[in-house]
Amino acid sequence: MPPDDVAHITPTAQDSCRSCWLAVPGLLWMILFFLVPLLLVLAISFASRGTYGGIVWEFTWANYLDLLHPLYGKILVQSLCYATVTTAICFLLGFPLAYVIARSPARWQPVLLLLVMLPFWTNFLVRTYAWMILLRHDGLANHLLLALGLITEPLELLYTPTAVVIGLVYGYLPFMVLPLYVAVERLDPVLVEAAWDLYASRWAVLTRVVVPLTMPGIVGGCILVFIPSIGSFITPDLLGGARSMMIGNLIQHEYLVVRDWPLGSAVSFVLMGIVMAAVVLYYRRATPGDGPLEGR
Amino acid sequence: MRSAIRGMVLWSLCLVWLTGWLTACGQRSGEDPAQSRPVLHYFTWSDYVGPEIIREFERREQVKVVIDTFSSNEELLAKLQSGATGYDVAVPSDFMVAIMIQQGLLSELDQAALPNTTQLEPHLQTLPFDPERRYSVPYLWGTVGIGYDSAAISTPPDSWSILWDMRYKGRISMLNDQREVFGAVLRSMGQSMNSIDPQVIESAKERLLHQKPLVKTYTSDHYDQLLASGEVVLAHGWGGPVARAMADRPSIRYVVPREGATIWADCLVVLKTAPEKHLAMRFINYLMEPSVAARTSERLRFASASRLARELVDVSTRDNPAIYPPLDQLARLEWMRDVGNGIRLYDRAWTELKMQ
Repeated sequence: MPPDDVAHITPTAQDSCRSCWLAVPGLLWMILFFLVPLLLVLAISFASRGTYGGIVWEFTWANYLDLLHPLYGKILVQSLCYATVTTAICFLLGFPLAYVIARSPARWQPVLLLLVMLPFWTNFLVRTYAWMILLRHDGLANHLLLALGLITEPLELLYTPTAVVIGLVYGYLPFMVLPLYVAVERLDPVLVEAAWDLYASRWAVLTRVVVPLTMPGIVGGCILVFIPSIGSFITPDLLGGARSMMIGNLIQHEYLVVRDWPLGSAVSFVLMGIVMAAVVLYYRRATPGDGPLEGR
Repeated sequence: MRSAIRGMVLWSLCLVWLTGWLTACGQRSGEDPAQSRPVLHYFTWSDYVGPEIIREFERREQVKVVIDTFSSNEELLAKLQSGATGYDVAVPSDFMVAIMIQQGLLSELDQAALPNTTQLEPHLQTLPFDPERRYSVPYLWGTVGIGYDSAAISTPPDSWSILWDMRYKGRISMLNDQREVFGAVLRSMGQSMNSIDPQVIESAKERLLHQKPLVKTYTSDHYDQLLASGEVVLAHGWGGPVARAMADRPSIRYVVPREGATIWADCLVVLKTAPEKHLAMRFINYLMEPSVAARTSERLRFASASRLARELVDVSTRDNPAIYPPLDQLARLEWMRDVGNGIRLYDRAWTELKMQ
C-alpha cells in the first residue's frame, strides 16, 4: 500500500495502536505454531543423531557438511528441474484459462472458478491414486490412445518422470489459475484496446501490455506452484514409482525411515533458505519502489 | 460484484492452500465423555484389526477400545519419543521392540495374567530381541519373499537371482524399504542382512544398480494390486499382501528364496506410560486366545504366533506358504536387527541407488 493511503486510513498513531490488539490472536498463533516449531527445527539441525535414532544435543555442523556431498546436490538440482518444468507447464496452461475466465460474462465466472477448484474437494492422496489407475499399463489413458489409433502398443506412462510432472501439474494448476485470474480481472480492457488502436501486433499486445500488467499475478502464481512442487513427496513416490528422490522424499526419508531428525532438519532448512533467497532476490530486482503485488 | 468475486477467489485460494498441505494426517479418535467404562487405547498398524474381534472384547469386559494407527515402526517410535502418552497396548515389530526396550518405553509384562501366551510356536519361544519375553508377546509373524505369477513364469523360481532376470524387465516391483531391499541382496550374496561392513554394502549397492533398470517400481503398499492386475509378475514383499493378491489372481505363488530371507514378528507390548495396565494384560491375553488368534490370522492373512491357533485356522490359510511359512524354512530365515549408526551406510547407499 502506498504511504499516502496509509495516512488516509489511519490519521493518527494513537488510532492505529488502539486496533493493534486485533493482530494479537493471529500473531500469537503464528509465533506459537509457526515460529517456535521452526526454531526447534533449526536447533535440531545442529544436533546429532543418537544410536537409536533419538536426538543428542551436541552442537555440530556435521549435518550441513554432510549435505555438501554431490549426491544431495543432485537431488536438489533434480527437484529444481521438476519444479521448474511443472511451473512452466502450469503457466502455459493456466494463463489462457485464467484469461478466458476473467473475460467471460460475469455471471459465469463464479461457476468457472468453482470448476477450477472442484478437485480440491477430494483428498490429494485419493486423486493421486486415481492418476495411477488412469496411467497404468491397461489404464484408461492407454485404452483411449489405442482406440484413437495414436499408438499401437500401450505406453509405459506410470512410474516415469512424465507421470510425476503430470501429477504435479494436475495438483498445482489451480494455484496458478486463481492469482492469474485476479490479475487479468484487474487488467483494464481499455489499455488493451489502446494497444490495438496504436497498431500493436498481437504479439506486442501480449508481451508489452498484457503480460507486464498481469506480472503480479504471474509471479504470485509461479511462487504458489513452485514452492509446493519442489517439496512434494507423495507424487514422486506414487506416480514416479519411488525410482528417484525429490528433496521432499529425502526429508521424509530422513525423518521417518532413518530417524535422523538432525539431517532431515538441515535439509529442510537448506531448502527453505534456497526458496527464500530466490523470492527475496526476485523482489529486490523487480521492485525498485513499489511491491509488484501492488502493481496496477 | 467484481470485488465480491475477487474476495471469493482470495478466500478460496487460502482454503486451497490449506487443503493442499493437509493431506494425510492421522487423528486421535475422540473419547466419548458419556461413557464411564474403562477405556483401552490400542496403537496398531492400519488395517491390522478385525472390528468384530475388538467388539467382542468390549462386550466381554464392559470396556471401550479406542484404536489409533501408525504406518511404520519409525512412526510409532517417533510418536512415543515425542511424548505421546495415553496408549496402553502397541504392536511394534521385532527390531523395534529391541529399540523400545533400550529406550525404556515398555512396561514389564505380568506373565501370570497371560496364560494364553504360554502356547507359542516353538521357534517364537525365545526371540533375539527379547530373549525372556519380559516385555513383548509375539502376535503375528511371517516372512519376506517373492510373489510371482506362475502363468508368466514357467519354472518356479527358488532364488533371489530371478529378480535380476532380463526377461522380466519392467515387470518387477521391490519394497520401498532400504533394509529389506538390501537384506534380499545381502542374502543372495551369502551375507547377513544385518551386515555393517561398508565394502559389503557397497557391493550390494552395485548389484542393486544393475537391477534398477528392471524394476518397475519400489513400493511397500500396493504390490498386491500390481500382482493381481498383472502389472508386475515378480514382487518382493511380505507374504500377507501376496496372499491377498492370490485371492484375485489364482496363478499367483509365493516363494522364500533358498539363500534365505527375513523372518518378522509383530509383538504386543504394554507401554510404560499405559494408564490401564491391567486391562492391557487382559487385552493381550484375549488377542492370544486360540480361537481369537485364529480368526485374526484368517482375516489379516498373517500367521498367528499361537501354536494352538495353527490347529484352528482353516486349511486354505494354514497350507498357504505366504501366510503360514512352512516350518522347514525356518533354518534359512534371519531376523532384521537395528544396526545402530550403521544405518548411515544403508541410507547413503539407498539414496545413491535412487539417484542413479
